[in-house]
Amino acid sequence: VMWCFSQVKGAIDEDVAEADIISTVEFNYSGELLATGDKGGRVVIFQHEQESKNRPHLRGEYNVYSTFQSHEPEFDYLKSLEIEEKINKIRWLPQQNAAHFLLSTNDKTIKLWKISERDKRAEGYNLKDEDGRLRDPFRITSLRVPVLMPMDLMVEASPRRIFANAHTYHINSISVNSDHETYLSADDLRINLWHLEITDRSFNIVDIKPANMEELTEVITAAECHPHQCNVFVYSSSKGTIRLCDMRAAALCDRHSKFFEEPEDPSSRSFFSEIISSISDVKFSHSGRYMMTRDYLSVKVWDLNMENRPVETYQVHEYLRSKLCSLYENDCIFDKFECCWNGSDSAIMTGSYNNFFRMFDRNTRRDITLEASRESSKPRATLKPRKVSTGGKRKKDEISVDSLDFNKKILHTAWHPKDNVIAVAATNNLYIFQDKIN
Amino acid sequence: MFPKGTKRKFSDSGEEPVSSSDQGQAASSAAAARTLSSSYSLQRQSLLDMSLIKLQLCHMLVEPNLCRSVLIANTVRQIQEEMTQDGTWQIMTQALAAAQCPADRLVATEVLCRQTDAAAQAGQSPKPFSGDVETEVTMSTLSPVSPQLSSASYLAGPFGEQVFGTFEIKHPAPPPDPALEELFSDVDPSYYDLDTVLTGMQSAPKMGPYDLLESLSSHGPTALSSSSSCRSDLNELDHIMEIIVGS
Repeated sequence: VMWCFSQVKGAIDEDVAEADIISTVEFNYSGELLATGDKGGRVVIFQHEQESKNRPHLRGEYNVYSTFQSHEPEFDYLKSLEIEEKINKIRWLPQQNAAHFLLSTNDKTIKLWKISERDKRAEGYNLKDEDGRLRDPFRITSLRVPVLMPMDLMVEASPRRIFANAHTYHINSISVNSDHETYLSADDLRINLWHLEITDRSFNIVDIKPANMEELTEVITAAECHPHQCNVFVYSSSKGTIRLCDMRAAALCDRHSKFFEEPEDPSSRSFFSEIISSISDVKFSHSGRYMMTRDYLSVKVWDLNMENRPVETYQVHEYLRSKLCSLYENDCIFDKFECCWNGSDSAIMTGSYNNFFRMFDRNTRRDITLEASRESSKPRATLKPRKVSTGGKRKKDEISVDSLDFNKKILHTAWHPKDNVIAVAATNNLYIFQDKIN
Repeated sequence: MFPKGTKRKFSDSGEEPVSSSDQGQAASSAAAARTLSSSYSLQRQSLLDMSLIKLQLCHMLVEPNLCRSVLIANTVRQIQEEMTQDGTWQIMTQALAAAQCPADRLVATEVLCRQTDAAAQAGQSPKPFSGDVETEVTMSTLSPVSPQLSSASYLAGPFGEQVFGTFEIKHPAPPPDPALEELFSDVDPSYYDLDTVLTGMQSAPKMGPYDLLESLSSHGPTALSSSSSCRSDLNELDHIMEIIVGS
């Protein structure tokens, strides 16, 4: 697959406003819609336009469909702390009617948003004028039937449910269940199960909070529902472990059904071993047979039937292993990178630093490093593979480890569910790349 | 060379003499410390200091990241375990306990570093720390005075309490007494909310942000105002907090 530039969204200037930093990216089930959330609490949804009949060899573009403020900053008076409005995750619901629904969450509150189109309006009301003023009922001498007239398309977003006050700690994940009725939300220490229709109650299904907080040594880092089995979910931890739980076994899933952990390599043990083993993202494959985990330096693919080690391991940026102390000092070692599968589960993608992102083909075992930058943003320009030089000698076009910009990190990426179209969030810009169609 | 019958002292091996009063115990732990390479123990010490600073800097306006705090705390524990095993932890805590003022901490660090020159050659191979040793060591040029005070405080009290204390409300409300509840059932509890107090403030004649701060201490709860002013109250409060924090 040859990847080429398609579009870039967002401001160009060097001065990036903190609120514009993209914090989550997600395609919907059909790939027609692409949602982004940012640190300012806003959600922007792009819609794929129909391929033009004039140029069928090009994929259509994504244009802004709807923008709305999902979350506002809040203040927790009891703890005297701010609650950030940053959108941590967006998850789409499968489409059931003309409207689209998505869940968006910040650290504390999850909201269900309905995005609907309005392209007609009624004219000829009996009780009010065209400008909305009420008519005097005694003046009405005849009745008429209002007529639907076309109007400019208006896309409205309205909050339909607000799921609040269920999380003491910061929400890191939400995941819609395959039953399309329930979803789970996970914070650092607990996981709750919700019904989409019920906002004043949720079931706590995992609780790893110790009785004495001083004994806390492990937190939940991510959680996801199985794509087909509505009773199964997984959650990952800061110690590099994944637990698979079956909700049929007990109401409180404190005992896992499966426990995934790769034994540590004693020769590479250091003070940073635990930190780099912390899992930042876990994603089931579309097939439901595998799951993928992302830790600081690698991506691992696990077969759900084998708990003692992953079936595949891909090094994302192994050249950083000798720089861990510096990365600990500047806090980069705590960056949480996400990962994603392509529609057929044959390839996986994850981000890195210097606006690089990596793609791994599971069949050919080939990998590629690409860059999301304005320089390579010419329409339909093929992306040039990038390489980081690890040895002493730096070849032409290679970049040395010390020249990498650690402020340019790609944490969030998404792959279209069917096509070879990817969305890559680089700070405040959203890049859309697609494969070259001959 | 030696007078007949005199046992050769440990310090005669050519290394620095140990000046501690409790010579036997200090000698063995100091000997253990000397067997480690000086660069490794320097790196480890600077990693410990850096970790403690990171934990302290967590207390900001926004609730700190629990995952990050846990990982840093675990790193500190690891270092502490290793230092306890090779005896350097005891030396450091003794030095800190003896320190009366910040300047003494500098002396303690110097004492630790001085004795390891000769042992550096025969030191055990350091654990894989990082490839670039030189750059790591320079990180310990972090301000030596204030972080050590924080090191002392972290070593003194219960560690987890200080790190994870902010995540808990320190004094949880006692379980409600049904008899008491019935007694006060007709009292509107929202009357005593902090929110109410603050919104009550805003219904007074227009005040500047600093006036609001002063009035918070002197006023009791006043009449409830409508919820429409709550929004502006929140913004006002946010504004005040920003001024206080200086963000």
